[in-house]
Amino acid sequence: MSIEIKNLCKSYEKIKTLDNINLTIESNKIYGLFGRNGAGKTTLLNIIDNRVFPDSGTVLIDGKNARKNSKALSKIYMMSESNLFPKDIKIKTLFKRINDFYSEFDIDKANLLLNEFHITENKKIRGLSTGQITALKLITGLCINRPYLVFDEPVNGLDANYREKFYKLLLEKYIESPCTIIVSTHLIDEIANIVEDVIIIDNGKVTIQKSKDDFLLQGFSISGKSHIVDEFAKKYEIISSEEFGTIKTIYVLGTIPANLPNEVEVSQLNLQKLFIKLTNKKED
Amino acid sequence: MNINTAIDKPIFQQIREGIEDSILQGHYKEGEQIPSITELALRYQINPATALKGINILVENNIVYKKRGIGMFVCEGAINRLLDSRRNEFFDKYITSLVNEAKRLGLTNDDIKKMIERGFSDEH
Repeated sequence: MSIEIKNLCKSYEKIKTLDNINLTIESNKIYGLFGRNGAGKTTLLNIIDNRVFPDSGTVLIDGKNARKNSKALSKIYMMSESNLFPKDIKIKTLFKRINDFYSEFDIDKANLLLNEFHITENKKIRGLSTGQITALKLITGLCINRPYLVFDEPVNGLDANYREKFYKLLLEKYIESPCTIIVSTHLIDEIANIVEDVIIIDNGKVTIQKSKDDFLLQGFSISGKSHIVDEFAKKYEIISSEEFGTIKTIYVLGTIPANLPNEVEVSQLNLQKLFIKLTNKKED
Repeated sequence: MNINTAIDKPIFQQIREGIEDSILQGHYKEGEQIPSITELALRYQINPATALKGINILVENNIVYKKRGIGMFVCEGAINRLLDSRRNEFFDKYITSLVNEAKRLGLTNDDIKKMIERGFSDEH
């Protein structure tokens, strides 16, 4: 059980948005999909959900080509950034329609979650705020019980309280009925503890696909007197560096060595920091 | 037991140490059940795989054991094993950093000894 993505390419106006993507999404894991603006995350997710066609390459869902097999496609539900709900109907009408269309929709749970986000079912979609629209889309995603759930920028416009609520609900759903979840977000710190694996897309290419713990072991920072740090740095690939008076901090790739000079301070980077250091555009 | 996401220590290590601390403090006695992976994941809002990774280290070290279908329990002798390993770590974890800071501050061996004596006597 997996989603296999093979040699996927997609260009828009001769610009390569996705450049030969190869990925395996294993079942029953929570993935964090990270990348800078325009890196290609949404295009990739749209291709997985068959909303956009690739120029070349394939997406296999549990071994079946999603473009030719509607059963394979019905294993995925994707919550996307764009709002596809009709504006003039009430939420309860919307839920009825979703319930008719998706046999896997848990309408009772959806109504319960509506309360959790303090939205009343008699409101029309038109009258909802940006955050409430987001909440409504999240509720839909959390209540459609398919094996693969994709959330593209799930927390746009949501306040901190509701964001926390969403992460909690997502984790609860995952624990109660395990499924594969892909979350694409820029709020890396907020989701870091929930994800098991990390995928990073940079300029249309997959640069990282690893378990979060292994990924975190890839980089660290070291700071101390410039000359000591510089000497040390020779052995490592430097991602970036900063100087503050006579103290220099470098960020390097590699694992923390056992024997370090006493005069330096070493620390592991957290997920967001490591992401930022790895994907900062090199300034020439 | 607290999990602090602001510090750089991996969460699975914090889970492991948190359970160890709870055992040493007597919250979970030998033979008693500890929280399940699900409970840990929900309580600390972490991926269950992370909680499992922390617990597996405890299983490998004979601190807790799994009863299939029931849960996880503190092993007999776990406290002594934990005390042994913590005593072994004591030098690296506390003395090395203490001596380094003492040197930076110009404190002598004797100064430190006196402080340690004071620390022990204040306790009682």
